[in-house]
Amino acid sequence: MKKFDFHILGPLVALIALVILGALLNSAFLAPANITNVLARSAFIGIIAVGMTFVITAGGLDLSVGSMAAFLAGITIIAMNAALPEIGENWGTILIGMGVAILGGIIAGLVNGLLITQARIEPFIVTLGTMGIFRSLVTWLADGGTLSLEYGLRTLYRPVYYGGIGWITWPIIVFAIIAVLGEWTMRHSRFGRHVEAIGSNDRVARYSAIDVNRVKLLTYLLLGLLVGLATVLYVPRLGSASGSTGVLWELEAIAAVIIGGTALKGGRGRVWGTVIGVLILSLIDNILNLADLVSPYLNGAIQGVIIVLAVVLQREKRTADER
Amino acid sequence: MKRRSLMKATALIMSLGMASGAAFAQDDEKVTIGVSIPSATHGFMGGLNWHAQDTINRLGEQYPNIEFVLSTAGDAAKQVNDIEDMMATRNIDGLVVLPFESEPLTAPVAAVKDAGKFVTVVDRGLSQEGIEDLYVAGDNTAFGRVAGEYFRDNLEAGSKIVVLRGIPTTLDNERVEAFQAALEGSEVEILDMQHGNWNRDDAFTVMQDYLSKYPEIDAVWAADDDMAIGVLEAISAAGRDEEMWVIGGAGMKEIVQRIMDGDPQLPVNVTYPPALISSAIEMTALNFVSNAPMTGRFIIGSQLITPDNAENFFYPDSPF
Repeated sequence: MKKFDFHILGPLVALIALVILGALLNSAFLAPANITNVLARSAFIGIIAVGMTFVITAGGLDLSVGSMAAFLAGITIIAMNAALPEIGENWGTILIGMGVAILGGIIAGLVNGLLITQARIEPFIVTLGTMGIFRSLVTWLADGGTLSLEYGLRTLYRPVYYGGIGWITWPIIVFAIIAVLGEWTMRHSRFGRHVEAIGSNDRVARYSAIDVNRVKLLTYLLLGLLVGLATVLYVPRLGSASGSTGVLWELEAIAAVIIGGTALKGGRGRVWGTVIGVLILSLIDNILNLADLVSPYLNGAIQGVIIVLAVVLQREKRTADER
Repeated sequence: MKRRSLMKATALIMSLGMASGAAFAQDDEKVTIGVSIPSATHGFMGGLNWHAQDTINRLGEQYPNIEFVLSTAGDAAKQVNDIEDMMATRNIDGLVVLPFESEPLTAPVAAVKDAGKFVTVVDRGLSQEGIEDLYVAGDNTAFGRVAGEYFRDNLEAGSKIVVLRGIPTTLDNERVEAFQAALEGSEVEILDMQHGNWNRDDAFTVMQDYLSKYPEIDAVWAADDDMAIGVLEAISAAGRDEEMWVIGGAGMKEIVQRIMDGDPQLPVNVTYPPALISSAIEMTALNFVSNAPMTGRFIIGSQLITPDNAENFFYPDSPF
């Protein structure tokens, strides 16, 4: 139990420090509207990062998630616009769009997973390939421009991002549910233990009668599903998708997972840590925008420093603990 | 009388003969023009790609003796390869190039020029002067100035505005400096300038944070129509639609549509037309088929799109 505390402590300290810093710099920081903004915009990366935690814990990697999200957003919009004349401007059409996003995500995850487990290609190479494929496909579908959801449908669909229960909007609720389910699955389910076992040593896992390929495939499938879910929440925000949608989301998700204490080489997954990692990344952006601390040219540098610091803090605690 | 008509007839035959002779010469002298542009990674470039394709199709029909080679590149290195391939395998007579970046493209384009080809450089200049025969570009200084003047003339003293900048580049700096210069001496205060990277999502995030940070904002210079879309969405989510108006830029069709409809939140727009590639391709083609001089610098002004003239800037078929 004590060990668990130490692993989570580094990122948590960084998160608390950021919150205090933000509150000191600008009184608007702790206003409910700002908190809603930050949490809601963390939700896309957050939901994806929870899935990424499983993939990385099992010793894999997925670079395609940002492009995949853009591609799924594209086909979701096309599907809804196409269904509009048949079904009309109602929730039926939107449910079809949601179905396309989720199903498309599962299929995309299946393709990644099968190529990795059956064709036995390195995850880095497979997902680097599919990253380019998805990105080109969405640019091609949009004819180099932007795919936009029909106006009436957008108005109907909009509350899925902006609405909710009071200040707590739907993306925040979904993110919270996914985080809790993810943490439970990683800690208490057989699947979670298999994922960790495969990540620490997949040969031993295989000798222990774990169906390694099946579990690995499931992690990519789960990630695809969650990318689909993130897309369902993303589309109503701007109602559009283009070649520049979701650029670098994969790196943000991977960074969040690593900041949160999951080992990049696999074997140890921390879903709660991932959630904290995502919040740290969003807060840095938010604070830099709210306070004129540095030239905007240096925003990227500040982010880099804080990411590295959060991980360093956590590494030192761990070595002390292991000693 | 008879003689005159005879002369007329002779003249007619002669001119016919000349016409057919000219046509023959045209068939004989095939001209190949290479067009190298960045690929469609965002709205503006998507529009530019569409206009390039559109112009090439149109000119191809108009001048059957001109052949066009179009290539799009995702980065500067690929663009250099494209140009080398055009020289080596397609034996181009003219090159229209929108450099991805100035520095890496300067030497390869200079090599094309040294081989005696006609070179047209579009929008981003090369880092060395005097290489190109023809330079076609939008006017970034005017882009910032025209927007700045609109803010100066249409805001009361003491008004507060926020600015979204693009990707940090010299192009963005030129625009922002001209914008600030136009506001100089007025009582309009610029509260903040952050980078929205010409991206809808980034602009949405930056605008949300502006709205949290500043209780009073009277107007927004989004400086690009993709960013304007993100900005409008953030404003509407915060329920502050009535409080401020937004000026984008470049003339995206959805935005021009809303200006035509008289949307009070989008009073005007400033052009930076992606169709400037059409001017460049057309002028390069004219260099080969006419005697009209086509060398020098051609700077396309940035105009103010208002509800009255918006129709002239509306291209419903373009993706941008």
